[in-house]
Amino acid sequence: MAGTSAPSVVPAVGMQLPVVGKSDTKPTWCPGCGDFGVVAAVEMALKRLKIPSHNVVIVSGIGCSSNLPHFLSAYGFHGIHGRSLPIAEGVRWSNHDLTVLATGGDGDGFGIGAGHFIHTMRRNVDMTYVTMDNQVYGLTTGQASPTSMMGQKTKSTPGGVIENPLDPISLALAAGATYVARGFSGDVKHMADLIAGGIQHKGFAFVDALSPCVTYNKINTFDWFRQRVYKLDSAGHDPTDLPQAFQRSLEWGEKVPIGLFYKTEKPTYEDLEEVLQAGPLSHQPAGMKGHESVLDEFT
Amino acid sequence: MGEISVRAGGAAGDGIASVGEVLSKSFSRMGLNLFGLNAYQSVIRGGHVWFQARASTERVHSQGDGCDVLFALNKDTVDIHAPSLSKGGVVVFDPEKFPVAADSLPAGVKALPVPTLEIARKYTSQSILQNAAGLGASAFLAGIPLEILQGTLADSFGKKKGDIADWNLGAAADGYAHAQSKTGAHDRAIAKAGEPKLLMTGNAAIALGAAAAGCKFLAQYPMTPASTIMHWLAAHSVELGVVVKQAEDELAAINMAIGASYGGVRSMTATSGGGFSLMVEALGMAGMTEIPLVVVESQRSGPSTGLPTKTEQGDLNLMLGAGQGEFPRAILAPANAAEAYKATIRAFQLAEDWQTPILLASDLHLSENYMTVDRSEIDLNVDIPSLYSVPSNGHEYKRYQYTPSGVSPRSLPGQPGLNWIAGSDEHDEKGHLISDVKSGLPVWVAERTKMMQKRMGKLTGLEGATDPPALEGPADAPLTFVAWGSTVGPVRDAMIGLARRNVATNLLNIRTVWPLHAKPVDEALGRAKSTLLVEANYSGQLGRLIRAETGRAIPQRLLKYDGEPFYPFEIMAKAVEVLGYGRN
Repeated sequence: MAGTSAPSVVPAVGMQLPVVGKSDTKPTWCPGCGDFGVVAAVEMALKRLKIPSHNVVIVSGIGCSSNLPHFLSAYGFHGIHGRSLPIAEGVRWSNHDLTVLATGGDGDGFGIGAGHFIHTMRRNVDMTYVTMDNQVYGLTTGQASPTSMMGQKTKSTPGGVIENPLDPISLALAAGATYVARGFSGDVKHMADLIAGGIQHKGFAFVDALSPCVTYNKINTFDWFRQRVYKLDSAGHDPTDLPQAFQRSLEWGEKVPIGLFYKTEKPTYEDLEEVLQAGPLSHQPAGMKGHESVLDEFT
Repeated sequence: MGEISVRAGGAAGDGIASVGEVLSKSFSRMGLNLFGLNAYQSVIRGGHVWFQARASTERVHSQGDGCDVLFALNKDTVDIHAPSLSKGGVVVFDPEKFPVAADSLPAGVKALPVPTLEIARKYTSQSILQNAAGLGASAFLAGIPLEILQGTLADSFGKKKGDIADWNLGAAADGYAHAQSKTGAHDRAIAKAGEPKLLMTGNAAIALGAAAAGCKFLAQYPMTPASTIMHWLAAHSVELGVVVKQAEDELAAINMAIGASYGGVRSMTATSGGGFSLMVEALGMAGMTEIPLVVVESQRSGPSTGLPTKTEQGDLNLMLGAGQGEFPRAILAPANAAEAYKATIRAFQLAEDWQTPILLASDLHLSENYMTVDRSEIDLNVDIPSLYSVPSNGHEYKRYQYTPSGVSPRSLPGQPGLNWIAGSDEHDEKGHLISDVKSGLPVWVAERTKMMQKRMGKLTGLEGATDPPALEGPADAPLTFVAWGSTVGPVRDAMIGLARRNVATNLLNIRTVWPLHAKPVDEALGRAKSTLLVEANYSGQLGRLIRAETGRAIPQRLLKYDGEPFYPFEIMAKAVEVLGYGRN
């Protein structure tokens, strides 16, 4: 029977299973890219939680930031543009013993993948989604993104952006994410805390990482953020208070809050999917041997 | 041999499909072979819907031509279907609802008035009970024993027995008795022929096949005519341990299925052409990342929204070409429910063995119509090897290792020391990208070439592992039909009809549309004395494929793209024309 036995590659007794570290592939991002801070924070968080690397799956879509899975030593899936979340959900439901992360950019997650973003949050799938939000399309050489600010001039908007930017934080709060945070690449340790908190959180954890593009976004630079970011926990924010979280999520301009906006406990999709109560799907029996009585309905 | 066809018609919401199902199941329990055509429209109430249950002591492969008993719930049904009644045919109707003038019916056709509303009122004010009364009268005419009819009728109410079920059984008995008191059974009334058979739609067969093949995860978005695959698996989800996810769209559905397959379970998605169009990019990702995947494409009339409740085989080109670039795939084309069950199991095995997407081509005609299957044709004892095997190349693990077959050892997340990245970008044997800083450099140009050849090399293996075309019928027949998928059914019936008229024909049944098995197709066409392509599309897509792969054109074509299924008589008429028998 399929998967009734444990994985047959069994490590020797007492063997220390490696945790997630750097892979032998070096990041190909531009020098100074904010994504270096994010990959460092993801690595730091996973190391701190001591989850063996073979039990971690990092899924991404397409874009500069979506190359991230290649730079760490976990299992990974570098999928197609905008689809990291449904792939990650499938991985998670196939084996909910795995720690599943999705990573990607603002175009990937809030543009082409926006539909999945909303639905994955309302399902409260137990996984962590880290977006490297640089408010511009980088890999396609500098077009407007869903989070580009009004008036921003890009190759596709030479007269300036004329659409309101999407706010991922308030969207996540509205869609039912149970852990909503924002980090900044300029503060890797703080971001690692947020990501580690997200991985430990039982439910869908969303961490929007402000990750400046040094090549194509000359407005929202490291300096721009350094002058504006402040930490929610040192401002007396109560992350259990949803209206307060919404209030804070609207702040963008003179001040940009980072930290944990909101956290709550709700049953996860995996808790509520009855089939998964029998254990990870990949380890359950498969097929219809012993289920001959099902054929009765056809007579 | 015995054969009878009962047709019921009315407006959507009248419960015609239920009447048809009860009739079909009754015939199936009598041990008869059955084809049940469920013809409906894309409306929930109103319009015109009808169901034909064709039962026979011999194998039947289609709805057949015409009918013997017509149960008309409204006047439209009489106007539309009376011309289809065979000689000796009977129209069952309620004169309280509408009159049927005897002289308006074809010669040799009788009208049988049945007071269905009056019978219904004996039990309840709900007029829906008239169906049971008309059903009883029709069943009597067709030769269905009352206890068999009442048994299937009772079962159709499932666990919610009680007054409504009892009233229906009573009304059916009253209608049955009324007909018996007024007339004899139809001349073609049919008798019990053997042990009960299994009755299922093509979609039920596909869902059953998936479960038997060890499918643990289905993600799907509702779309006619694929939705009932999801319905069946959802209804059996807990019992069989299959996670069924209704996704937010088809993009999510296929990507979820790919993710679950990567994670270590056999996975499937199912859709129709519109949804499949959305899945195209991810299909290529499954090919590129070498993840097993089964996709059911149940075609309906296109283009665009087309005729949502009508059939077509217009998506062959789409299935062949879906996805940018090139990657190996197979397209299986079962013709009936029994074949669909087996083809689905085969699809899962192929997907896993060859680590690439396998398409199961169905269409509305196969997916939604009812067919009997012998119990012996459904083998639930499917061998499902564990996916958690030890990749042979141990800690020097290369997920995309070059092998003669093109298939590389696959580890699953959770297996220590065998971590890898599935990459939709071009990659090397270890799964490392060669798409950015390496692309264009000579050594990696060569690597790309090798990796393409590795993947595409699987097509050779897929050809060996899939069914070659089958030549059905006498080898030396003067005419060879060429068909695929559900069209094979009416062709088979046409061959039977022609043989009864001493016209021998045979059929080249393209069971695997891709890889095409060009050599046996070429040889069979080379031996054929004359050929006739029968396809439910405008441009003869299979014909074009055959020409591309073999150089052989099939100039004689019977193409249909009106949304309706083929009727055997149309195929017989065209065959006679091609053979020149109709000429002076």
